[in-house]
Amino acid sequence: MSTTPNPPSDDGISAAIAAHRDEPGALLPILHDIQDRMGYVPAEAVPLIAAALNLSRAEVHGVITFYHHFRQHPGGRHTVHLCRAEACQARGAEALIAHAKAELGCDFHGTTADGTISLEPVFCLGHCASGPSMMIDEEPHAGVTSARFDALTRALRTDPRRHE
Amino acid sequence: MTVTLFVPRDSTSLALGAEAVARALMVEAERRGQSIQVVRNGSRGMFWLEPLVEVATPEGRLAFGPVSAADVPGLFDAGFLNGGEHRLGLGPTEEIPYLKSQERLTFARVGRTDPLSLDDYLANDGYRGLRRALNLSGASIVGEVAESGLRGRGGAAFPTGIKWQTVLETRADRKYVVCNADEGDSGTFSDRMVMEGDPFLLIEGMTIAGLAVGAAEGLIYVRSEYPHAARALSQAIAVAEGSGYLGHDILGSGKSFRLAVRKAAGAYICGEETALLESLEGKRGIVRAKPPLPAIHGLFGRPTIVNNVISLASVPVILDRGAGFYRDYGIGRSRGSLAFQLAGNIRRGGLVEKAFGLTLRELLYDFGGGAASGRPIRAVQVGGPLGAYLSEAEFDTPLDYEAFAAIGGMLGHGGIVVFDDTVDMAHQARFAMEFCAIESCGKCTPCRIGSIRGVEVIDRIVAGSDRPAQVPLLRELCDVMQSGSLCAMGGLTPGPVLSALDRFPEDFGPKSALFPAGRGV
Ligand SMILES: Cc1cc2nc3c(=O)[nH]c(=O)nc-3n(C[C@H](O)[C@H](O)[C@H](O)COP(=O)(O)O)c2cc1C
Ligand code: SF4
Ligand code: FES
Repeated sequence: MSTTPNPPSDDGISAAIAAHRDEPGALLPILHDIQDRMGYVPAEAVPLIAAALNLSRAEVHGVITFYHHFRQHPGGRHTVHLCRAEACQARGAEALIAHAKAELGCDFHGTTADGTISLEPVFCLGHCASGPSMMIDEEPHAGVTSARFDALTRALRTDPRRHE
Repeated sequence: MTVTLFVPRDSTSLALGAEAVARALMVEAERRGQSIQVVRNGSRGMFWLEPLVEVATPEGRLAFGPVSAADVPGLFDAGFLNGGEHRLGLGPTEEIPYLKSQERLTFARVGRTDPLSLDDYLANDGYRGLRRALNLSGASIVGEVAESGLRGRGGAAFPTGIKWQTVLETRADRKYVVCNADEGDSGTFSDRMVMEGDPFLLIEGMTIAGLAVGAAEGLIYVRSEYPHAARALSQAIAVAEGSGYLGHDILGSGKSFRLAVRKAAGAYICGEETALLESLEGKRGIVRAKPPLPAIHGLFGRPTIVNNVISLASVPVILDRGAGFYRDYGIGRSRGSLAFQLAGNIRRGGLVEKAFGLTLRELLYDFGGGAASGRPIRAVQVGGPLGAYLSEAEFDTPLDYEAFAAIGGMLGHGGIVVFDDTVDMAHQARFAMEFCAIESCGKCTPCRIGSIRGVEVIDRIVAGSDRPAQVPLLRELCDVMQSGSLCAMGGLTPGPVLSALDRFPEDFGPKSALFPAGRGV
């Protein structure tokens, strides 16, 4: 199983740039578009974006690294965002986080050894009355117990096609 | 006869299994040859009852919840479509005390309608505010908003009318209306509920704002953690444009307003209005020094209204019913209603829209029913991650901007996060510092470095190493952060830290020494 959802292709980058370069403040829309297509923002994108928007490479790089959402390296096939903010803490998020790290065998910002799941922290998903909360790709889950976490993530790991 | 059912599409409802429930209802109805129509509404905001299924009857809507897919055959067996009794039955939805005792001005439609149906919106008082605004001058609209007493619901509670007046008076070739939908505070979801559950309301509010100040363009900056909200807004914008309520020549008035959704990228600081503008301009979200105010020199240097979702979503009812109607709710200088959000360890968590002035205790116990764990409530954080931790002694404070400021707290965006007596307040204080260290924009040293030092000092206090020196050091550090930070991120982080230390000092000693028997956490 490959850890790269889609191999880098200039096509994705060029298409994203072409789609948004004329919008005012185009940089974030371009970065989002590239990450949506490729799963991350590859280093090859930086000079291309810089040239298109008339920015320095350092400026583009600075923006990519400022925002938690953008990845500079390919992640797993799926991303699990686990909420670690206060309202979820009050409902047992910290125990769930410890369990999740042990179950997946990786820390926050890491990826399971089989390349299926990247684990990311998030500060609030807006389900704060019903935590602990998490999001698998764009699918929300609340009231997550350890058992539920295992069931959901094991399903992902045995069925690589889900959520593609 | 076709029976209409309601199953929310709100993302918390989905997170609790609403999709599977909707599917199970359809499958079971089909199997029984019963004709049903399932409307995907917003949430009523009673999250302990989600997924909440409602059945339309001639006597009004009947509620059942929390329903799981496995309950569905049993509901049919009980004849729930025809008033049959079932253990999940809650009676008429609007009679549920939690809902019945609210004052829903801004959330009047949320949960009742199909969020993407313009017909539903129009049939339930939608776009009446805009119709009135189209016949008023910009100055009259601003006057109406000013007179309503509306203050910003994003946190700082700045009078909305004054902000709009500044944008109105500033001459420029172009002006903008920017909606702050970054909703980064833990314990808050009211913005999300409006965007997912009544997106036309926000669109209408922003359109009125555009008419008021002479802006023809609006942007909604939605956090990337809210994909459902962004999608609902984009769909609603397309519908509004297609029906003449948005875009060129609105309802034949000759006035135009275009609206677009912009996705944020996971930085808490981008909820701060000037960092948000930087982000919209395609830059790092670094806070700008004020002045100049965004109202004068905002997005791309143009006069810009930056308002929270709930502020903008409160404008249509003000224009429709008049400033006096809105202002008659509330107390003191806090007029109208606030959409409180009960979150964390609370039995009945959810959205409670009430006029300002009820007490925190009423919210926590009358609405919330105490802690979900059944244990005593020990600490409550009001106003997001920068808000102070309050203890039982403060629960009788009226929910009012000034009353909260007087006890060193803030109402902020109305989020109320509840902790029971297992909470470790030193741990919460440490988290506040850690959060600041992770989310600081980096411009000011006290915020960027002070927060890292703060984590270390709290660690030493808890470990009991050199405590007599470390506690004063923590206070000094907080003092430097408060006075040496450009924005509220660094400036208010000391709030949760010092309130934890002052109100719960017993948590900051070495536990073994303070509680020899070991206090279970
Ligand atoms: C660190 C920080 C984070 C903020 N986050 C938000 C937010 O997520 N949403 C919001 O509406 N306002 C937020 N604000 C407040 C905004 O700066 C600004 O006051 C608000 O958008 C103005 O709109 P209003 O007057 O309608 O409240 C934040 C402020 C700070 C200092
Ligand atoms: S206080 Fe912190 S977040 Fe605010 S401007 Fe300074 S460094 Fe940035
Ligand atoms: S704090 Fe976890 S969803 Fe809001």
